[in-house]
Amino acid sequence: MSTQQGSRFFFNVDWITILIYTALCTIGFVNIYASLYNPDTSAVFNFSSNYGKQLVYIITALILGFSILLLDAKFFSVFSPVVYGITMLLLMTVLVVGRKVAGNQAWIPLGAFRLQPSELAKFGTALLMARYVGNFNPKFTDIKSIFFAGLIVAFPLLLIMLQPDTGSALVFLAFMFPLYREGLSGYFLLIFLGMIVLFIADFLMPAYILIPIIAVIGGFFIYQNRRKQKMMFSMILATVIAIAYLFVVKLAYDKVLEPHQRTRIEIMLGLKSDPKGAGYNVIQSKIAIGAGQLTGRGFLEGTQTKYGYVPEQSTDFIFSTIGEEWGFLGCSVVIGLYAFLLLRVINLAERQRSTFSRVYGYCVASIIFFHVFINIGMTIGIIPVIGIPLPFISYGGSSLWSFTVLLFIFLKLDSNRMGFI
Amino acid sequence: MENLFNRKYIIQGLFIVVALILLGQLFYIQVASDRYFLSANSNVLRKKYTFPARGVITDRNNKVLVQNEPVYDLMVTPSLVKPFDTLALCRIIGIDMDGFHKRFNKARNQSKYQRSVFEKQLSVQTYAALQERLSRFIGFETQNRTVRHYPDSVAGQFFGYVKEVSDKDIEESEGYYRPGDYIGKSGVERQYNDVLRGERGVENTIYNARNVPQGSYLNGKFDTLAISGETLVSSLDIDIQKLGEQLLKNKVGSIVAIEPSTGEVLAFVSSPTYDPNLMVGRQQGNNYMDIFRSPNRPFNVRPLSGYYSPGSSFKPLDDLIALQEGVIDPNTTFNCPGGYWAGNHFVSCEHVDGNISLRKGLARSCNTYACYVFQKLMTQKKFKNKIEAYDSWSAKVRKFGLGSKLDLDMPFERKGRLFTSEEYTKRFGKHWGYTTVISLAIGQGEMSATPLQMANIMAIIANRGYYIKPHLVKGIGEKKEVKKEYLVKNSVDIDAAHFEPVIDGMQDAVNAPYGTARASAIPNIILCGKTGTVQNPHGKNHSVFIGFAPRDNPKIAIAVIVENAGFGGVYAAPIASFITEKYLTGKISGARLAQSEAMKKIVVLPDVPKPKIKWAPKSADSAAKPVTTLPATPEHKIATTKTTIN
Repeated sequence: MSTQQGSRFFFNVDWITILIYTALCTIGFVNIYASLYNPDTSAVFNFSSNYGKQLVYIITALILGFSILLLDAKFFSVFSPVVYGITMLLLMTVLVVGRKVAGNQAWIPLGAFRLQPSELAKFGTALLMARYVGNFNPKFTDIKSIFFAGLIVAFPLLLIMLQPDTGSALVFLAFMFPLYREGLSGYFLLIFLGMIVLFIADFLMPAYILIPIIAVIGGFFIYQNRRKQKMMFSMILATVIAIAYLFVVKLAYDKVLEPHQRTRIEIMLGLKSDPKGAGYNVIQSKIAIGAGQLTGRGFLEGTQTKYGYVPEQSTDFIFSTIGEEWGFLGCSVVIGLYAFLLLRVINLAERQRSTFSRVYGYCVASIIFFHVFINIGMTIGIIPVIGIPLPFISYGGSSLWSFTVLLFIFLKLDSNRMGFI
Repeated sequence: MENLFNRKYIIQGLFIVVALILLGQLFYIQVASDRYFLSANSNVLRKKYTFPARGVITDRNNKVLVQNEPVYDLMVTPSLVKPFDTLALCRIIGIDMDGFHKRFNKARNQSKYQRSVFEKQLSVQTYAALQERLSRFIGFETQNRTVRHYPDSVAGQFFGYVKEVSDKDIEESEGYYRPGDYIGKSGVERQYNDVLRGERGVENTIYNARNVPQGSYLNGKFDTLAISGETLVSSLDIDIQKLGEQLLKNKVGSIVAIEPSTGEVLAFVSSPTYDPNLMVGRQQGNNYMDIFRSPNRPFNVRPLSGYYSPGSSFKPLDDLIALQEGVIDPNTTFNCPGGYWAGNHFVSCEHVDGNISLRKGLARSCNTYACYVFQKLMTQKKFKNKIEAYDSWSAKVRKFGLGSKLDLDMPFERKGRLFTSEEYTKRFGKHWGYTTVISLAIGQGEMSATPLQMANIMAIIANRGYYIKPHLVKGIGEKKEVKKEYLVKNSVDIDAAHFEPVIDGMQDAVNAPYGTARASAIPNIILCGKTGTVQNPHGKNHSVFIGFAPRDNPKIAIAVIVENAGFGGVYAAPIASFITEKYLTGKISGARLAQSEAMKKIVVLPDVPKPKIKWAPKSADSAAKPVTTLPATPEHKIATTKTTIN
């Protein structure tokens, strides 16, 4: 019976996703190996080195992943509040006992390993969000449901901000996508997009040009809606808020953000250049990626990689190794794999019978999407430097395990899609 | 209510759009732009250059004239420097603390991690003192260079000088030169720079992000060794070059000597000159300014850029043309009543010889004879008008190399001056004739030549009708290659037979009792020549002598110009004779040795009174006298004021 049950389990699992997952992990290992390569100690199974450790992480991650497949699918739904609660406790704990690494109090030392609760918080939050939507089936047309969903996200987000780890906190904005799918008005996404555009525009042009532009655009929409009184009123409000936002965001930018964060943003926008200081990382990363050209320099042939020109190359800047040694073609393959994975997860999510599974699937796709976009965008200079890992590829156990758990819970839910949760 | 299921496509669409944005930016930095690729190489690769020694330059007998001397550039890599006894370093290399900080900051501003020059061209002695302590100056190292050294301190203008490349040189070389390279800036160093410079060697080393060397790039696949420049055998004879410079010491002028059979320039003297060793080393810039500012412009390369009217030294050439045209024969005589009436102005002669022939006319430098010859040439019946006559005549003169560059292998040659008929028409209007331009008959007026061109005319006469382009380099490199153009005989289209009567006259000018340069005769050697005393609008007349020797199978053709020194027979002719004798016999014999020593000591500088010379002949040369002019018609006015009689 156990074999029958076992084969049924694995028969229903989406092997294509697992294949992509494995491919990404392998690409990660190969490139971590390359970026840490030292001709004197080059044994692949050298477990004192970080690539040796990564091999251990990958194997344990696979074990972890397949263990999840063996669990009962109902477990995740039932225990989601508990998981959420535990991760929130850990987030609070880390603020007290955490070890400071690079200015962030994000790590809890556990013997040889270090636990990063913010990684766990992602699937904790995803689970509770799925549970909330699955149970109450809110349509997010009323303030109350938006408030509750917002609360689920805001709690870990604020705790992580306190570490302070802005990068990881930003990832929680990814929860907008599942909510949008479940009925949240598209305006929320547009407003969010508008806020970013206005924020950037505020840097690139002076207020006396920007404000008239907003007024003209606002005026156009007000005129368009002059017969619909309610719409016209909203438009006037939106225009006024947009202009007010400009002043608030400027103030917030100066008062809330840390100097190094401001510098990173300004470098990304091209307002500041500091090739030896804060800009060094991005410039070196771009140089390494650019050096790859179309086909790359080849495995272990990247000079920028080999001679340590890109700091943090095995972790947050791992993509620069891929860029240098595998070129544009290699980068395209990696981005293609991610795109395929994300589209696949969305498609899988849509075939779920339970809302819980669907919402969870969207959460998984959105979180991975945010990571990939921000991480690669940062290495090629279109996003300010935000220190978050590239899923499945970057070096690090916490990150790999939490992404594995995140994905495999969804694969388990999917394999059980015919059942009821 | 819209179907929420469709929102799946919006989200998936967003994913795709973002993926495309990432790919677009990647395409830009990886494929479309090579900026990052190039930055990557400059990140990792450090090139260490080794500098080649420039090619040696020898004289025609393989005596080394220009060699290389080791110097040492002190280099610094600012990032490696640790605190040290800066005062000790300053003392050794002879700078003060301000100078130290200035140099160090300059190096640091250039690059913290790349090495750059701290102090250039330290001497061997300084290097020896520095080497003992260099291990205490961490971050400093020395780099071997070589600079020029001139053991004989002669021929400064001939060799030219070598200098660090300028930004412009680097730009024009399209990547060949790098800051710190040397380049020939003038003279032979410039002309033959490509041969002399050699090839820089390079070592490519890979450095990691902490600036620690990681071994050679691709196992030294692109590394090269420095290759020294090729040896250049110059055409100079160092003995007569040296003698020439000594003879022209404290005088302003020029000597050019050519071997007629080959066109090789044996002596190339420009006075005042300077010690070429001054243009080497750390004081180069200061010395340059000193030389540049000193009187009579030592940087002026007079042999090829000095403009002098040939004066009487032009007469043999005009006679040759007349013989070829058949307007005179060697026995034709003209009556010299002490001058010549050209229209309504008078070209005077120092002597009254009555009927005078070609031979004597040349020996005594008779102006009347020369004017009649010119008159004959310009009034031949075959010409329709004066323009045609002048054009025909000037074309023949140009064949001798006047009025155009001889294409010497040295930069900045000038072409001299000979008017075209158009230029005369422009100046005088339609009504001008041979009488207007009669000054040309005696090598004055709208005619000027460089000393090189004058010497070349002598080479033509010595060769009886042809010349080989004068050149300064006998052979290039190991194989002593000679350019093909230096083997070509350029004919002047005068029959060889016509030369003998002219050479007779030139022989008499030096060797006959009535010759203008009879004091310069060399025992046992027939020097043929012609004096010239050239009017100079800016001051005293220039003393000119051109000649060749021996008469048969000539070995040397020479032109000597001493500015503001007066009669051709007084300065130029003796100087030419000393050089000729030295070249042909290896010494100056008898009483002439003392005369040459006396000549070396004479000072003839502009505004310096000319001393009396005991041994000088009593002006056998027709004196340069102001032109006697009748009240001039406008037609003649300009030409006559130019005319000087010799």
